[in-house]
Amino acid sequence: MTNAWTDIKNTDLVVVMGGNAAEAHPCGFKWVTEAKAHRGAKLIVVDPRYTRTASVSDFYAPIRQGSDIAFLNGVMKYCIDNGKVQWDYMKAFTNAAFIVKDGFGYKDGLFTGYNEEKRDYDRSTWDYVIGEDGFAVTDPTLEHPRCVWNLLKEHLAPYTPELVEQVCGTPKEKFLKVAEMIAECSSPTKTMTSMYALGWTQHSKGSQNIRAMAMLQLILGNMGVRGGGMNALRGHSNIQGLTDLGLMSHLLTGYLTMPSEKDTDFETYMSTRQFKPLRPGQTSYWQNYRKFMVSFQKAMWGDAATAENGWAFNYLPKLDVPAYDILRMFELMNNGKVNGYLCQGFNPILAFPNRAKITSSLSKLKFMVTMDPLETETSRFWENHGDFNDVDTASIKTEVFQLPTTCFAEEDGSLTNSGRWLQWHWQASSPPGEAKHDSWIVAQIFLRMRELYRKEGGAFPDPILNLTWDYEDENEPTAEELAKEINGRALSDLMDPTDPTKVLVAAGKQVVNFSQLKDDGSTMSGCWIYSGCWNEQGNNMGRRDNHDPDETGAYLGWTFAWPLNRRTLYNRASADINGKPWDPSRKLLEWDGAKWTGYDIPDISPTAKPQDVGPFIMNQEGVSRLFARGMMRDGPFPAHMEPFESPVENVFNRKMRGNPVARVFASDAAQLGTSAEFPYAATSYRLTEHFHYWTKHNRVNSALQPEFFVEISEELAAEKKIEHGGWVRVWSKRGSVKAKAVVTKRIRPLICDGKPVHIVGIPLHWGFTGSAKKGFGPNSLAAFVGDANIETPESKAFLVNIEPSTAPKDKEVNV
Amino acid sequence: MNMDLSRRSFMKLAGAGVAATSIGALGFGEAEAAEIAHVRPFKLATTTETRQTCPYCSVACGIIIYSKGDVRKGDKAEVVHIEGDVDHPTNRGTLCPKGAALKDFVKSPTRLLYPMHRKPGSDKFERMSWDEALDRIARLMKDDRDANLLLKNEKGLDVNRWTTTGMLAASATSNETAWATFKFAKSIGMVGFDNQARV
Repeated sequence: MTNAWTDIKNTDLVVVMGGNAAEAHPCGFKWVTEAKAHRGAKLIVVDPRYTRTASVSDFYAPIRQGSDIAFLNGVMKYCIDNGKVQWDYMKAFTNAAFIVKDGFGYKDGLFTGYNEEKRDYDRSTWDYVIGEDGFAVTDPTLEHPRCVWNLLKEHLAPYTPELVEQVCGTPKEKFLKVAEMIAECSSPTKTMTSMYALGWTQHSKGSQNIRAMAMLQLILGNMGVRGGGMNALRGHSNIQGLTDLGLMSHLLTGYLTMPSEKDTDFETYMSTRQFKPLRPGQTSYWQNYRKFMVSFQKAMWGDAATAENGWAFNYLPKLDVPAYDILRMFELMNNGKVNGYLCQGFNPILAFPNRAKITSSLSKLKFMVTMDPLETETSRFWENHGDFNDVDTASIKTEVFQLPTTCFAEEDGSLTNSGRWLQWHWQASSPPGEAKHDSWIVAQIFLRMRELYRKEGGAFPDPILNLTWDYEDENEPTAEELAKEINGRALSDLMDPTDPTKVLVAAGKQVVNFSQLKDDGSTMSGCWIYSGCWNEQGNNMGRRDNHDPDETGAYLGWTFAWPLNRRTLYNRASADINGKPWDPSRKLLEWDGAKWTGYDIPDISPTAKPQDVGPFIMNQEGVSRLFARGMMRDGPFPAHMEPFESPVENVFNRKMRGNPVARVFASDAAQLGTSAEFPYAATSYRLTEHFHYWTKHNRVNSALQPEFFVEISEELAAEKKIEHGGWVRVWSKRGSVKAKAVVTKRIRPLICDGKPVHIVGIPLHWGFTGSAKKGFGPNSLAAFVGDANIETPESKAFLVNIEPSTAPKDKEVNV
Repeated sequence: MNMDLSRRSFMKLAGAGVAATSIGALGFGEAEAAEIAHVRPFKLATTTETRQTCPYCSVACGIIIYSKGDVRKGDKAEVVHIEGDVDHPTNRGTLCPKGAALKDFVKSPTRLLYPMHRKPGSDKFERMSWDEALDRIARLMKDDRDANLLLKNEKGLDVNRWTTTGMLAASATSNETAWATFKFAKSIGMVGFDNQARV
């Protein structure tokens, strides 16, 4: 989230699209209720189902899953055509005026440079014209035919309300009503917030779904302001934290990136990352990359990381592909190329698409280790449960270790919520049985491996032998020790730049925040964006001052938000080019002639003059990007693409399937179904009574929602002679499940591209362990393809068939 | 945040005391004393209160866990009740159907208690000691790493890439656990390392 949960109360319009906050994030959604009750805010829900969020909305519009870009591009076009643009914001704070290279274009659903064989674009024309001064050329009058604004208008031209209806199945008048309500928020004194979740990410063009809304928010002037923003409602309690800390194949901590094989040494690596400003006087904050990277390497390898050895750069593995993401790893596993796998608090047998492939993959491992407080289907993937897990146990040769871990109540530490607040929690109870902290388990495996390398030697032991592990009890690093390491400290005395005789931070002391990090090896910090979380003031994540001056919803004294305790990202954009708040009643920051003052930590140098320095300091441009240059694989503008399994053809290019640059492995391409064979559009979702596959272990939640079901419309039920409460079989090209049918008015058939499209809704909370009845998940059916930029599986749109059936059979147990 | 005597429990204890003494002072005699004696004291009055956050979704509601025993004092502590934290700015004491049933997660009958091991081809888990399990895992991992770590690519560049063992990290663990896990996974050269953010 760019803003905080508590900030939602400041909004005038909430758009919930690609999510269902009332059910999946109920206590956060209360801030929508607050805005409605006390500000008169309106709520729009656009969703294939009439959800509980929709039930309290002011306006609901149905949409076919996977067609969000067409809808959002349609809204953008409506706003531009009707002059509903916050012109001063858009002109000053976006790249609308930047001139794009000749050659860039879009035709038949494809951008310039498409190579069908490689399934990739040559993106060289997707860039700005660079002037002789080294800066991007702009035309602030927006008259140049090749400026971003004019290219955007051209790109959006086909997205008429008629096209939106044809593609999305949203009746034209409903689309227009939504567009009209959204367009009102182009006023500087009206703000809209976007609340989305996996309904937008789990698509082969998920990143572009989000981009489309972000662009709309920029055109309306809603980024960086109170009650605005792009608010990703993250799934798990610390999914934000694990992303921030770089527990991903392609990342290091704080959005530093893993080196690739092109990065032959440290200087080569740095040369493509210290982005220089593309406009005069801009911040381009990544110019500080080297400070964060060197401090990170020092946190990892201490004295072994020196200037002479490029800060131990060769200790880091180098990628030969964009990422060894989960889809690639299971593809490799299924091909017999992976021997071992560790699943820490993760249940891939229910979480990853094409369950049959996941089971087959895990069966090819030599060993698998699970670490979880609860039983998981994954740890017992080899166990036969009749229809619920129909495996040949004896033929599965995988050695499995099931390690019991503590749960939240039994540990200290911090979790980062969706609004980037790092909140500390304290241990309240003793672990059951022999359950251990994950950090203890990880330490034990590490120390035992290190000992083996010390004794026996082996393949490149240096990064293991030299990893800093200087905890008081090396067997179990404490949360405090780890948090302090994340924050970072001075390794030698840091002198005051304004007075070289004065020690600013003495050796061994915590740095105050990342502004004190150095690129000469004199500081260390595990994760620069978290720096400030535990400095010499103490544990800022444990702060509990819940005062909120003038009730802005900022709560600056409550825990710690990254970066620098800032609560709203891009908050300098809450004020105009002269530093005056767009909406004085919703002031966030204001330029007082010498510095930025207000309710939040400025997201810009506190003394940066408003006319000189743009608000989007992480970007080389200093402004936001309506045109993404070559930074996204599937286009600088969002373009309509169908899901890989779609009930209709792509109206821009009827031969094109899915996202033209998304990676598809050959065996998975062969397992994609067609609408002739699988006529119904399926989607997956959560219920409010359950959290993933955990709460089926809880008796209360299992009693509330005991049994797996699918939701279908009355029309489809009549057509297929399916009874409400009766058993159905639902199957795709990849698998088959049995479920109780819920026949409901909440789902209605849509007319898309001239034909009726029926939707099958599949909740995701059942398996074969726990207190609830045994059942299945949508992942048995979903396709094994991912987003073109980040490889998030397309679990929200796939094709199925359905028929009346009988109950599934459990394994017969002879007593 | 553990407090020897929190504001809340102080109020509860004080309240109980005031009621008892004032009734006594009014002189109702032994019948009333007997009545008071069998009234159960408020069961949370003697518990340890701990500030926590809900582990489910990313709203991260504040909760208060009430335990019998105090882990800070070395006691074996057991959760007896969980409720919303009224001081928390986001949830202001409220919880959803998942958060309200959190105690059931902590005390689920399917909580794992011991390291278990499944031999290749076996149809059951068998108990294993921590030492045995961890030694065996470290051995399996080292042997696989030694056999398959790719030190150099075809151009002779150091790549130090280990693709044959991977890991999924848990996005419900704390940042601190995540950092320890990160250090472990990246230092051994593991590249097939992801978390739920991708899914």
